[in-house]
Amino acid sequence: MKLPQLSVFLENRPGSLAEPLKLLAAADINLVSISLADTEQFGILRLVLKEWERAKAVLEQDGWVANVSDVVAVDVDDQPGGLVHMLSVLAEAGINIEYMYAFALRRNYKAVLLFRFEDPDAAIEVLKAANISIVQEADMY
Amino acid sequence: MLKELWNDAAGGFHPVSAPDFLPEKQLREVQLRRLKAVVTRAYERVPLFRHRLEERGLTPESIQSLADIARLPFTVKADLRDTYPFGLFASPMTDVVRLHASSGTTGKPIVVAYTREDVDVWAEVMTRTLAACGLHRGDIVQNAFGYGLFTGGLGAHYGAETLGATVIPISGGNTDRQIMVLRDFGVTAICATPSYFMHLAEKALEMGVDLKDMPLRVGVFGAEPWSDAMRARIEADTGIQAFDIYGLSEIIGPGVASECAQHDGLHVFEDHFYPEIIDPETGEPLPDGTEGELVLTTLSKKAMPMIRYRTRDITAILPERCGCGRTIRRIRRIGRRSDDMFIIRGVNVYPSQVEAALLNVEGTLPHYQIILTREHGLDQMSVEVEVTPEVFSDKVRALEEVRSRLAHAIEHILGIRVGLRLVGPHAIPRSEGKAKRVIDRRNDS
Repeated sequence: MKLPQLSVFLENRPGSLAEPLKLLAAADINLVSISLADTEQFGILRLVLKEWERAKAVLEQDGWVANVSDVVAVDVDDQPGGLVHMLSVLAEAGINIEYMYAFALRRNYKAVLLFRFEDPDAAIEVLKAANISIVQEADMY
Repeated sequence: MLKELWNDAAGGFHPVSAPDFLPEKQLREVQLRRLKAVVTRAYERVPLFRHRLEERGLTPESIQSLADIARLPFTVKADLRDTYPFGLFASPMTDVVRLHASSGTTGKPIVVAYTREDVDVWAEVMTRTLAACGLHRGDIVQNAFGYGLFTGGLGAHYGAETLGATVIPISGGNTDRQIMVLRDFGVTAICATPSYFMHLAEKALEMGVDLKDMPLRVGVFGAEPWSDAMRARIEADTGIQAFDIYGLSEIIGPGVASECAQHDGLHVFEDHFYPEIIDPETGEPLPDGTEGELVLTTLSKKAMPMIRYRTRDITAILPERCGCGRTIRRIRRIGRRSDDMFIIRGVNVYPSQVEAALLNVEGTLPHYQIILTREHGLDQMSVEVEVTPEVFSDKVRALEEVRSRLAHAIEHILGIRVGLRLVGPHAIPRSEGKAKRVIDRRNDS
């Protein structure tokens, strides 16, 4: 199950992270997860949220550049080696991970990993075949 | 009134455009007659010009053919500054009905003057300009060139009125209001600087106004160099036909040259403005078809004749006959000015070269700025480019790749290392007049 993730271009300067978040807050839009990738020059703010379409419209209206990409949320066994097992399943199948980040699901404080794959559909097939559970959209928000 | 007969959209041309189609022999005769008259006028009335002719042992009688123009001394921008404000006027103030002044980027502005007759000639050449751009009576023209000391606003205004079109004298700036007027008044043509129009189109889209759905048909763009790639982008994004026009205050303002529907060079209204191309280094005249600096002589100006004025604009005269049937010659679109150029680490750089590089990298809008700094005595050039939705990615690697592709494209053209910085949308200030492409901070510290 793929989830939509919203990405926003940020300049690397004080205050640039707060500005888009303030806009979303003012529009009464809640976030499920947030991650920031940064380089010396710029940053990419990545958001998972239920109202991603409205959030995108709000940001673009204000002149922000935002796009949507698919991520896959994986529920990793909470025991030593749980993640390693999953990663080796992906590696054996030759699935490329672009990036990943973790967050705790509010509902049951479970740790969830969000993956951005080069080919999310292929990744989902491989994970399913290995009986690794993928978090459904309905369980996310 | 005669007006009823000619300037409807029936495909006929405005009679004021007749000189565009003069047989060549007749055109040269008109030019020679007017050249002799203007040289005589300047010799008799402008001390600086008389002095320069005397120094060379010349008199107005030295002009016996059009080729003799090459014997005359050049006029340069500094001459206008040195004689500030009225030193080059050839008419008494009692005959001067209008003054304009150019935005002097350094020190004092330069002042230009018009007699009643000059204003009429100006209206005529701007009418011929707008007619060449396909405008006619019934068009609703939003004139977003600045009104005031700048010649753009009033020049286009008089031309559009003489043509019989409806003019909206909105001037530059206040983009939200421009978009409202454009939509609500059923505007069919707009006059603006190309960079300002791009800004306006972008803003319109943000406001949910798609220019493609509007009656807007023609854009008349001038006052700054812009590329064919920028034209393609404007036309694709807004569904209009974009025309390049050319002019400068020292000569008359807008109305010196204009594209026609062929979009293949700009016709110089050479019955009033005689064009030459010279080698900018040696000052020697160059044959038609060769690139060099454009030099213009006003053949009919009364208040302020300009003899062999060096424009600093780099172009070539296109000798071939244009497909539109006009006999007046064309100049190639001006991509660069010899004084826009800056030198960095010994390399001559034109902003248009940077623009060409940015446009080569797919999907990049040309909102950019060149920043020159000096660090430890060494000149540094960096280019700030706004991120567009087309190139933006959630992957750092992809964005870094865009950045390095842009940097490499510029480095490839210029042959020097440049810094390239991606900045957020609207991070680069939009100008409402000429776009400021180069910020030179080398002498700040």
